[in-house]
Amino acid sequence: MFALFQFAFIQNAFLAGSIVAIATAVLGYFLVVRGLTFAGHALSSIGFAGAAGAVLVGAPPVYGMLVFTVGASLVISLLGREVRERDIAIGVIMTFALGLGILFLSLYHGYAEQAYSILFGSIVGISRSDVLRSLLLSLGVLAALAVMARPLLFASFDPDVAEARGMPVRALGSIFLVVVALTISIAVQVVGVLLVFALLVGPAATASRLTYRLGMAIAIAVLLGLAYTWLGILLASISPWPVSFFITVLSFGVYLPVRLLVRPRANQALRPKGPAGIAPALSAEEHRHA
Amino acid sequence: MSEPSVLLEQVSVRLDGRLILQDVNLSINEGEFIVILGPNGAGKTTFLKLLLGLVRPSSGRIEVLCRTPERGQQAIGYAPQHRALDADLALRARDLVGFGLDGHRWGIPMPNRKRRERIDQALREVDALDLAEMPIGQLSGGEQQRLLIAQALLTDPCLLLLDEPLANLDLAHQQEAVTLFERVCRRRGVTVLLVAHDINPLLTVTDRVIYIARGRTAIGKPEEVITSQSLSQLYGSPVEVVHAQDRYFVLGAEV
Repeated sequence: MFALFQFAFIQNAFLAGSIVAIATAVLGYFLVVRGLTFAGHALSSIGFAGAAGAVLVGAPPVYGMLVFTVGASLVISLLGREVRERDIAIGVIMTFALGLGILFLSLYHGYAEQAYSILFGSIVGISRSDVLRSLLLSLGVLAALAVMARPLLFASFDPDVAEARGMPVRALGSIFLVVVALTISIAVQVVGVLLVFALLVGPAATASRLTYRLGMAIAIAVLLGLAYTWLGILLASISPWPVSFFITVLSFGVYLPVRLLVRPRANQALRPKGPAGIAPALSAEEHRHA
Repeated sequence: MSEPSVLLEQVSVRLDGRLILQDVNLSINEGEFIVILGPNGAGKTTFLKLLLGLVRPSSGRIEVLCRTPERGQQAIGYAPQHRALDADLALRARDLVGFGLDGHRWGIPMPNRKRRERIDQALREVDALDLAEMPIGQLSGGEQQRLLIAQALLTDPCLLLLDEPLANLDLAHQQEAVTLFERVCRRRGVTVLLVAHDINPLLTVTDRVIYIARGRTAIGKPEEVITSQSLSQLYGSPVEVVHAQDRYFVLGAEV
C-alpha cells in the first residue's frame, strides 16, 4: 500500500487533503458555536455558481468561487442577527445562486468534467501549485481565526454583553463569514461543493459532543477531520469508489453513534453531590433536594 | 457627599421615531441599590442601554460615573436579560465567566494560573465554584443567572446593571438570588440598578425604586413611589396600590 505514495498525485492529494481538513475543522467549530452551519452549506452552493461562471468565461473556477462566496457572505452579514430571518434570507440567496449556476452550466458547451469536479471534488487531480495555494489560504484563515478567536466566542455566546464591552460585534460577524467563504473556496477542490459540509460540520459537531473544553473540542475536530480525509483517500485509492463518498460516510458513521450514545443531558457525573459543595447553604443541588 | 454614580438631566430618548423616555431627571448615589419597575415595553432595558452608551439620548445630559456613557466601560458590569441557552452548548461555566475578564481581547485564550484564580474567585463570590466545569447549557436558570453575575463582577465594576435577573426563577431561587445580590453588592459597595417585574422579593434590599411608564419616570423610596396617587399620575389612569403584609400589589394597571 505504501507504494501508493510514490505517485505525485497521491502525495498532493494527501497534502491538500490534510491542509483542508485542518482549516475546515477549526473553522467548523466556530461555525457550530455560532449556529451558522446553514450559512456554511449555503455559501458552498453559492460557490458552485461562482465556479460555473468562471468556467464559462474561461477563468480558474476557484476565483469565481472566491468572488461569489465572499460577496454572498457580505450580503448575508448585512441581513441582521436574528437567526430565523437570517436563515430564510440565506435560503433565498442560495437558491438564486444555484439558479445562476445552472444557467452558466447550460451556456457552457465544453467538457462537463469541470462542473463535475466542482460538485464532487477532484482531490486526485490536484497539482503542486494547488497545494501551495491551499496552504497559503489555509494559513491565512487559521491566522485570522487565531486573532479573533476570543472576541468571536464572546460575541457568539453573549452578544449583548460583548457589545456593551465595546466589541464590534457585527463587524466581527461579517469578517467571520468572509473567512468561512475563503475556507469553503479552498475546501471545494478536495471534497466538492456538495460535500464540503461533511468536513466543515461533521468533525466539529462530533467534537463538541465529546468535550466541553474549547481547546480540546478544536483539537478533536482537527484529528477527526484528518482521519476522515486520510482514510477517505486511502480507501478510494484501493477501490473504484470516489474519495468524497468515503469522507462523508466516515463523517456520518462517527457522528451518528456519538450523537445517539453521548447525551450531554444524561451526563450527571460532573455535577457536585450534596453538601460537599463549596457553599452548601446556597448550592443548587441542595435546593433540588429541599 | 460624593459625586452621583448616575445623573440624568432632562433626558429624552427616541427610538425609530417613538418617544421612549421623556424629560427624565434623576440622580443615583454611590452604593445605592435601585430597582427599576414598570410595564413591559416601558423602556426599562432601554434605560440600562442608555447608561451603557448603547442607546443615545435625543436630548438632555447623562453622566455615568462622572462621564458621558460610552461603550466598553470596564467600570460598568452588565448582565442582560437572560435568554435560554442551548442544552448542547459546548461551553463550561468557567469559560462563560472568563469572558468577563478578557473576552474583549484579541488572540487565543491561553490558560494561566492568575486568570484561573480570578475566575475561581468570582465563581466563589456567587457560590458557583462547584459548577465551574459544568457545561452551561445543563445548568438551571438560577445557576446560569449566578454565572452572569460572576461574569459582570469580574471587571470589578463600580456600577452593576442587571436586567431582570429574577425572571424565570421560582420563589425559592428568587429569594436566594436576592440574598446573593445584597451580600455581594453591599460588600463591594457597588451601585446596583436592577430591572424587575415585582418589587416584593426585593423590598429588603432596595434603597429606592425607579418606576417607568408611558415614557415618564418616578424615583423614590418604595413607599413614596408605589402608591395609588403616584402611580395613577404616572400611568395617567386610575391605579390602585394595596400595601398589605409588607407586600405591594398594584391593581388596575398592566404591570
